[in-house]
Amino acid sequence: MTAGSVMQIAAFTAGAALIATLLMLVPGLAIAWVLARGRFRGKALVETLVSLPLVVPPVATGLILLWVFGRRGPVGRLLDSIGVDVVFTPKAVVLAMAVMGLPLLVRTARAGFEQVTRRHEKMAETLGASPGRVFATITLPLASRHILAGALLAFSRALGEFGATMVVAGSIPGRTRTLAVGIYSFTEAGEDSRAAALLAVSVAIAFAAVLASNRLSREG
Amino acid sequence: MPAFEITFALRQGGFSLEVADRSDCHALALFGPSGSGKTSIVEAIAGFRTPDWGMIAVGGRTLFSTADRINLPPRLRRVGYLPQDVLLFPHLDVRGNVLYAKRSGAGPTLDEVIGLLEIDTMLGRRVADLSGGERQRVALARALMSAPELLLLDEPLAAVDLSRRRRILDGLRGLRDRLALPLVYVTHASDEALAVADRVLVLDQGRVVAAGCPEKLL
Repeated sequence: MTAGSVMQIAAFTAGAALIATLLMLVPGLAIAWVLARGRFRGKALVETLVSLPLVVPPVATGLILLWVFGRRGPVGRLLDSIGVDVVFTPKAVVLAMAVMGLPLLVRTARAGFEQVTRRHEKMAETLGASPGRVFATITLPLASRHILAGALLAFSRALGEFGATMVVAGSIPGRTRTLAVGIYSFTEAGEDSRAAALLAVSVAIAFAAVLASNRLSREG
Repeated sequence: MPAFEITFALRQGGFSLEVADRSDCHALALFGPSGSGKTSIVEAIAGFRTPDWGMIAVGGRTLFSTADRINLPPRLRRVGYLPQDVLLFPHLDVRGNVLYAKRSGAGPTLDEVIGLLEIDTMLGRRVADLSGGERQRVALARALMSAPELLLLDEPLAAVDLSRRRRILDGLRGLRDRLALPLVYVTHASDEALAVADRVLVLDQGRVVAAGCPEKLL
């Protein structure tokens, strides 16, 4: 394997992880905020559902995604009718990464929202701020370190995603092969030096991301 | 219509507060020992707490009324509130905090407020770097900048040094008169109550034990 293909796999994985992280930001923050502030029936159920990908075997999560987004699945059929294929495409890689990373973003961001005191928000309200302005100028900035730390954790998790990706996206060279999947495929084929090259890149990126996430959480 | 109508009951945990006062005063001082309910009253007026029943009206404007099912959200109450814990926004500098409250075309100018509270040298500083007295002055500036129709000051000068306290009290009195701004002032210090208020409620254990002219009661 050439240095170029190592870089291609690394760039594809980092790009897919980045897109997955960006895609999960809005729903992730919305869920985190509702869990931090909301009092509603079924809250425990939502908490459990969101955390499920952390404990269910990733391969099982991948299988669920395959059923849902496959051509005969409820969402896959709908997407197929407008000409969008997900399974075994780069979109499936992003999907698997987003689903597996979401719980980490939600849990960390929720902790961030919980440590913003309601009194600061109330004070902003007495100064004439609308609920939207309070959220954008007080809640979000005061929780920003946790949110960033959560996004970095989710990004790191996405980088190392293997089981769900393997089931829903496969290991197609130059198309859906990620760092983790590549390491597995090369090791299985006895190509240890190629696996080692991917391993080194994978560890370096993950190390930097987790280090940054930990630093942000501590400073927060 | 009285300037102030503050008649409500509020129960929280083991603490119960009952207050009933109507008056035409412009500046009301709440006086009493810690735990007597002074802060709970201003928090109910600001909309930080919701009374169990009653009515809160200032200058003919009803902020809360169980009979009329009115409970204005804090942003519509037009109160400039300075709480004891000041609640400056830690992620904004002094200028950012003061200007957060600016409503376009209303209220005093930034220069006026900066001059009154002597905060011109600290505008670019981080909130975390301010002393207790400086924080109180910045929070007071922010409250004034919100063009309030009522000012709620909970021990606003507790951490301000004596010489500056006198100047700020004079300035506050001037501003109150110039803007015809009703004022509720919580204090432990009788000299502050005498300086700013034309009526005082003396509280003890959640009840009003005396009400009237500060010169007679303090």
